[in-house]
Amino acid sequence: MKTNNSFFKGIKDGIPICLGYLSVAFAFGIFAVSSGLTVWQSVLISMANVTSAGQLAGVPIITLGLPLAEMALTQFVINLRYALMSISLSQKLDSNVRLIDRFLISFLNTDEIFAVASGNEGTVGRRYLYGLILTPFIGWTSGTLIGAVAGNILPSVVTSALGIAIYAMFIAIVIPPAKKNSAIAGVAILSVALNCIISYVPVFDGISGGMAIIICAVISSAVFSVIRPVKEETE
Amino acid sequence: MISAPVFFTYLAVMAGVTYLIRMIPLVLCRKKITNRFIRSFLHYIPYAVLGAMTFPAIFTSTSFVASAIAGLITAAVLAYFEKGLLLVSASACGAVLVCELILINSGVAV
Repeated sequence: MKTNNSFFKGIKDGIPICLGYLSVAFAFGIFAVSSGLTVWQSVLISMANVTSAGQLAGVPIITLGLPLAEMALTQFVINLRYALMSISLSQKLDSNVRLIDRFLISFLNTDEIFAVASGNEGTVGRRYLYGLILTPFIGWTSGTLIGAVAGNILPSVVTSALGIAIYAMFIAIVIPPAKKNSAIAGVAILSVALNCIISYVPVFDGISGGMAIIICAVISSAVFSVIRPVKEETE
Repeated sequence: MISAPVFFTYLAVMAGVTYLIRMIPLVLCRKKITNRFIRSFLHYIPYAVLGAMTFPAIFTSTSFVASAIAGLITAAVLAYFEKGLLLVSASACGAVLVCELILINSGVAV
């Protein structure tokens, strides 16, 4: 089986994530400072969490002084999807990934890093993964810093254009395998359809964005695991 | 202004919960899973997650729905021809930028 273990390939694959993170973290930096945190508190939150939705939900809990239990529960619900991603990623790791690497890499197992790692053919090695997590971490941290310090300097057309970077990258990950494998296309389309229903039908307003993604992904993957189980040789 | 001890207590809970959710499964699942259903499920889950994360969020990722659609079409066409992540991503950003400049300069949007 093919193994990807080039540090520089990892860095290169991390650049689009870094670009996308710059704009999202930039927006987070503006939000955190305007909520009443200092510049360095905003940057520390980004460095310690590296998760957009969780951070956005966490800031008001800090600034409003809500109970710590609420912080724990909110982060748990919003970020539970990472558990699913870590299980999936565990099956993708090369045998050269040591236990200590797992402790370090899991810290940066974001939606986007998971997605790019999963999009590789074959397994992913430790060097590749360290390259892959480096540039996004720099983008996430520096984006927060720039947003917190100089929120309103960049013209809005530039921040707007950067806003699509992450989604374009997701499309670039899904379409090539979906062209070759109708089950993968089906899984993605079903998941999109379910999430559009949850997003636009008012009955589901109480479901958070993070929870909606778990629900849609679990249902569509389960459905296709039953009707189109993967054959050993195609894995 | 939030005092440093209070801030760091919140930060520790926030970052601790987030890290444990990511770390525990990656550290514990160290063997190949053999169950065919679970293997299939884990094989499909990235594409399902990506789909749900992209739609409908992509339509509100830029200042105008029209520019988001321009970026989406650009990304989809380049991805169909199997271009690299960086090229697809940068081209979509470029398409959004051009589209928004046209919208703003033609007076359609401000």
